[in-house]
Amino acid sequence: MRTSKVKANPPKALGAGNSKDVTLELRLYVAGQTPKSLIALKNLTKICEEHLQGRYRLHVIDLVKTPQLAQNDQILAIPTLVRNLPPPIRKIIGDLSDAQRVLVGLDVRSQAK
Amino acid sequence: MARASKRKTAAASRACPRLKKSPSGIGGFDEISGGGLPTGRPTIVCGGPGCGKTMFAMEFLIRGATEFSEPGVLMTFEETGEEMSRNVESLGFNMQSLVDKKKLFLDYVRIEPSEVQEIGEYDLEGLFVRLQHAVESVGAKRVVLDTVEAIFSGFGNAGMLRAEIRRLFRWLKDRGLTTVITAERGAGTLTRYGLEEYVSDCVVSLDHRVNEQISTRRMRIVKYRGSSHGTDEYPFLIDKKGFSVLPLSSIRLDHKVSKDRISSGIKDLDAMLEGRGFFKGSSILVSGTSGSGKSTVAAHFANETCRSGKRALFIAFEESSAQVTRNMRSVGINLGQYFQKGLLKFHASRPTQHGLEMHLLRIHELVDEFNPEVVIVDPITNLVSENLNEVHAMLMRLLDFLKDRQITAMFTTLTANRGAEEQTEVGISSLTDTWILLRDLELHGERNRCLYVLKSRGMAHSNQIREFVLGRIGVRLLSAYVRSGTVYTGSARLAQEAREKAESLREQQQLEEKRKEFSARRDVLELQISALRSELSSGEAEFARLTRQRNERQQRLALDREEMGKVRGVTPANEVVNS
Repeated sequence: MRTSKVKANPPKALGAGNSKDVTLELRLYVAGQTPKSLIALKNLTKICEEHLQGRYRLHVIDLVKTPQLAQNDQILAIPTLVRNLPPPIRKIIGDLSDAQRVLVGLDVRSQAK
Repeated sequence: MARASKRKTAAASRACPRLKKSPSGIGGFDEISGGGLPTGRPTIVCGGPGCGKTMFAMEFLIRGATEFSEPGVLMTFEETGEEMSRNVESLGFNMQSLVDKKKLFLDYVRIEPSEVQEIGEYDLEGLFVRLQHAVESVGAKRVVLDTVEAIFSGFGNAGMLRAEIRRLFRWLKDRGLTTVITAERGAGTLTRYGLEEYVSDCVVSLDHRVNEQISTRRMRIVKYRGSSHGTDEYPFLIDKKGFSVLPLSSIRLDHKVSKDRISSGIKDLDAMLEGRGFFKGSSILVSGTSGSGKSTVAAHFANETCRSGKRALFIAFEESSAQVTRNMRSVGINLGQYFQKGLLKFHASRPTQHGLEMHLLRIHELVDEFNPEVVIVDPITNLVSENLNEVHAMLMRLLDFLKDRQITAMFTTLTANRGAEEQTEVGISSLTDTWILLRDLELHGERNRCLYVLKSRGMAHSNQIREFVLGRIGVRLLSAYVRSGTVYTGSARLAQEAREKAESLREQQQLEEKRKEFSARRDVLELQISALRSELSSGEAEFARLTRQRNERQQRLALDREEMGKVRGVTPANEVVNS
């Protein structure tokens, strides 16, 4: 029920037209080599390659190594994907197993079509 | 969980509070909890909104950092660090300086469900990473999670959340962090999300209720595994000095006792108490109807205490200090001089100004500040609210507190006119050591004050009812004027005295008359005696004369014979023999 709420969330104003021109700046927060983190990274890499070719920058941040970075982006859940640019900031938590929903979350779904 | 239950049984088998505790530094809490919060274990502080949960947690943390050199981590889920420091600044804590000195680490966890989307599986490792980082960066011993249950509103996966919360508490325990977790009260449960199921070492419940338009905050230790603790609801306050729990010492009943005496300031009253006054550190109740002189007795006591160079604290609920000073001047007591010397401290406030606990706390604070030897509360009856039990409990705590410090306490209490005088409204008579009863006797169209010592533990006190007279030079207790089975007081006493005086005068006059009468008789008798005596002496003279005459006659006879013998030629020897 939570997910349905979130699904309805993305504002249509920032739709396809915007995201075409702007490079996405993505950060994936993980904590060590946990299965969930590895799955998330795998899923994300796949999504990016398939849908966002050349229009994204991805940083993987391992909080085990740099825990002080967790505070800035208000990371609680692991893994968390943060879209820093373009604003507003968007966060997706989980192993990113549903590519379509990830794209909705990143506001770049139209590109996939 | 298995481990937790093992701990429980281990603690139970030991059956003594050997559990290590971390002092919270919160006034009063460490006393009722027997030393503080369980070291290295999580404690839940729960309560409704605005009941002081965060304050409790903050003070625990800040006192830990400043007083017990245990650095702390504050992880707040509701307020930012800045807001938090501003909140506690009003209580005189400077959080920023602690942060700068690396004694405190602040982490504000913001949970914004609207900007987060959940896709697939996740856990809260990020929280652990942050916590670990915070703990390591200051070497924390204490952790506060302010309303950790906020995460329940931030994430959809309830099953995962429960597992993570359980893991969090385990994590905190394993690292030996003394943790305070605040939680909102739920409907019918201690916490809304049932956190107490996970943490069951120590649960403190805070409460805030309004009674008769006066609010009181209360604290109760619901549970403290492996330790004895005070189980009552203790009132507490958040004031300019932070959090204070009352009372400080109501668990024990082992006050020191003193054999020293302290004068009541009324010589005649001391005389009724074995001539030496009250025991030091005892509690004295002065009860009486209105206008029976309770405040005057209290003022005498204050006066005497200050006169002997000791400090007295006078807590007045009816009169201002100026008024008491003026009024007591009329009975010859000058309290003003002791204000100047700093021996007497006056605290006047309206009973309705605060709730009971606030009054109690003020008294505690004043005693702490002023360190008096004598505390006088005049009158205690004014504190009586609807809830008598509450008052009783409060007074008991106050008495305990004062006794524990060997402070002699005098309370005055108003009894209802013509009611059962021997039953104080507050029902504290059984708690006090000495009970002085002032009562009015209405006789012969006037009211007169009487005083007697109803009880005084540990001494052979007088059982006499004495008349209590207020004069220009203070109080005097007149000896009971008992004649033919009646105690006379006031003008009846004066009348009786006059009557008796007249009677004795008359007796004296009678005696004088008798004396005169007798002396007249004595004169007569003495005359008679002297007459008899002269008669006797004249008789004696006669006898002597006769004897003399006879002797002379015989001598002459003898001479005659001699002459005659010479004439006849007879020897005188023969003549003598014959004669």
